[in-house]
Amino acid sequence: MYKFLLCMRYLKTRWIALASIVSVTLGVATLIVVNSVMDGFTTTMQDRMHGILSDIVLETRSQTGITQPHDYEERIRARLGDRVAGVTTVVTLPAMMTFQRNGNSHTQQINLIGIDQNTFASVSDFSKYLLHPENKKQLDFLLKNNGYAVERERMQPSGWEYRAPMARYQKVVQQRLRNAQELEQERFEQLQQKIQEEAQAADGSQADPVAALMAGPGIQIANNAQQISQFDAEKEQRTGIVLGINLGSIRGREPDGTVQDFFFLRPGDDVQVTFPNAGTPPRGIDEQFTIVDFYESKMSEYDSTFAFVPLEKLQHSRGMIDPQTGAGAVTSIQIKLKPGVDLNEARDALRDEFPPTHDFVEVRTWRETQGPLLAAVQLETTILNILLFMIIAVAGFGILATFFMIVVEKTRDIGILKALGATGTGIATIFLGYGVLLGTVGSGVGVVCGLLFVWKINDIARVIEWITGREVFDPTVYYFDTIPTIIHPYMLVWVSLGAILIAVLASVLPSIRAARMHPVEALRYE
Amino acid sequence: MSNPDTTRQLPIPAPHMLDMDSKPQSPYRVIRPEDAESLRTTRSPSAGQLDPMITATGLVKSYRKHKTAVPVLKGVDFVAPKGRVTAIIGQSGSGKSTLLHLLGTLDQPDAGEIAFDGQRIDCLTARDRDAFRNQQLGMIFQFYHLLPELTLLENVLAPAMITHGLFSYLRNRKLVVQRAKDLIDMVGLSHRMKHRPRELSGGEMQRTAIARALIANPSLLLADEPTGNLDHESGQIILRILRQLNQDHGLTIVMVTHDESIAQQCDSVVRLKDGKVERLPPAPLRTTSDATRGG
Repeated sequence: MYKFLLCMRYLKTRWIALASIVSVTLGVATLIVVNSVMDGFTTTMQDRMHGILSDIVLETRSQTGITQPHDYEERIRARLGDRVAGVTTVVTLPAMMTFQRNGNSHTQQINLIGIDQNTFASVSDFSKYLLHPENKKQLDFLLKNNGYAVERERMQPSGWEYRAPMARYQKVVQQRLRNAQELEQERFEQLQQKIQEEAQAADGSQADPVAALMAGPGIQIANNAQQISQFDAEKEQRTGIVLGINLGSIRGREPDGTVQDFFFLRPGDDVQVTFPNAGTPPRGIDEQFTIVDFYESKMSEYDSTFAFVPLEKLQHSRGMIDPQTGAGAVTSIQIKLKPGVDLNEARDALRDEFPPTHDFVEVRTWRETQGPLLAAVQLETTILNILLFMIIAVAGFGILATFFMIVVEKTRDIGILKALGATGTGIATIFLGYGVLLGTVGSGVGVVCGLLFVWKINDIARVIEWITGREVFDPTVYYFDTIPTIIHPYMLVWVSLGAILIAVLASVLPSIRAARMHPVEALRYE
Repeated sequence: MSNPDTTRQLPIPAPHMLDMDSKPQSPYRVIRPEDAESLRTTRSPSAGQLDPMITATGLVKSYRKHKTAVPVLKGVDFVAPKGRVTAIIGQSGSGKSTLLHLLGTLDQPDAGEIAFDGQRIDCLTARDRDAFRNQQLGMIFQFYHLLPELTLLENVLAPAMITHGLFSYLRNRKLVVQRAKDLIDMVGLSHRMKHRPRELSGGEMQRTAIARALIANPSLLLADEPTGNLDHESGQIILRILRQLNQDHGLTIVMVTHDESIAQQCDSVVRLKDGKVERLPPAPLRTTSDATRGG
């Protein structure tokens, strides 16, 4: 009873000890804030990373690819049984995208992915990142009239509403060009005729090679113009392509500072894509595609390189369809597992089914695809945790020093208690209990402060921005409107327990010293 | 310094008041200076034939200072008879405080034996010694040694809190607190119950210490220069209380003092000089009419 009473009294009357506990409080609060933000970051990032990746990918690097994908699919389903939620086949290959803007050619390196639009949505969250609401339900690679992300003013108009007037405008331009050409052709022919007549009049010779040569390009231009007019861009589209939003836009700021995407390509524009065919040696193929939608996974790596086109079109263009069976080859098979299935176990099963030495297919989980990044984030979190616990440990030494001071200060009290019959254990309990109390108070206040900080983190970030004049999280870099935070209750428990433990450990030595004090010497202490 | 009014009307508890089981009535006897002039008990002329409360034989104790042993007690024999007031007197450095500490098991002798009521106490385990101090012994000191963080009442209750665990204390709380209040009442400090030691005068602090020493109803009270730090008047109050406790309840008191006049009021005097008992012809015992004593 006296232990408890004295603990409380010491807590109330020894403010210096509370000062020493402030460092524990700060350490705990910082740990909670850092862990919450890092967890929020990691989770958001993993969601985004995983977003358009399926759980497991079977990939081959051979030019011709997997020639019997259905056979593979059956083997996968047989091996994994009911753990499979969906399987789709894709063709991925490096490619080059070219488009004209303001009379200039722009080239961009992309990852061209041929997808089966009926099954691809079953292996990833791809469709929910598309901008058009109808495409979110079912992607059909057809250009819509309008309705592409109506909240993005910079993207309007787009779809047929954009393509048709642009095509009309192009037609007018072409027409004018043609008219000019015809006029020129006429003038040229007249001039030629005149020259011929003059020449005939002069020496009667038949043909002039120079004039015949000069007539060539004029005819060619006319032929080209003829070809363009066969495809009516006002009413027709080319094969659809879905681009990552960063392939068609630049993130920047309006003059007033708000972050905006500036689009140089819109749904309805045509782009030219150059990719290798499946022959040996591979040769480049040019294809025209019409942008039918963008997707935004908010993972800049994906958003700035991935372009999706229909699988069959790609197989056809590359010559991946077996002329006899009509079966198309693919370069990878993507698998989605049912929730709760062990990713690595499924991967190992597939590696067993398709040994790399035999089939030359690589089996990877999405985590392995993004392995280095995830590992880096994990390492960062671990190191931060270690460092912050060091801070609390430093606080522990502060407590140790303070406690030694208090024990020395209380020497006479210890002597009195011993004279009254208190045991050494009892006296040690006072100071240990005092340590527990201080640790609890410190970490309790720390937890409350940390939670408040996490709760108001966006406001705090704004205040810091206002004070420093610098943005804490630049949305053009991080794609976050708000700082993501996740609080795990277990983390709170562990952090508080750790802090209390450190406070208790720090009070062990002073307690032992107090317990071992000789009563007579303690009573004589001045 | 204490209020003269209080000192004159110092209540002394009736025997039942130190008995935890009975309810207090209030037949307070007011103590007056003429009531008890001497700490000498007035019953028996032959102190030596009484049962010994605490005996020490051949006590040797030395302290170590920088590897050289400083002998403090060099073979001390000591007897404190039951129901008597025994004074230990000597110059400073003569070892009287050390002797008291040894008797109070605060320290252990290098050689020799100490027996309390016939039982050896010098070779008890630390835990048993702690329990002995807590339950059989009351101790008061020159510098009062109250706990500054606790109120007067809590200070008096402290030994009881040490005796009982948390739950046992809470169960017995009413009884124990009542007893503490009675004791505080007895030493005349009931109006100071909630005060902290630093708000009390020296005399009041010593009276609190007496109340604290009595909470466990001990049969032996060790007093280490109880008046050494007090002015004459306050000292007299303390002595009067001790005297009354001895007379009314038969409390055995061993008191260390360097004041001859106080020592002369005691039943027997042990003189220490250079760590040994000084053999002097016993002072003639004053015999007064025998009063009936409880016990």
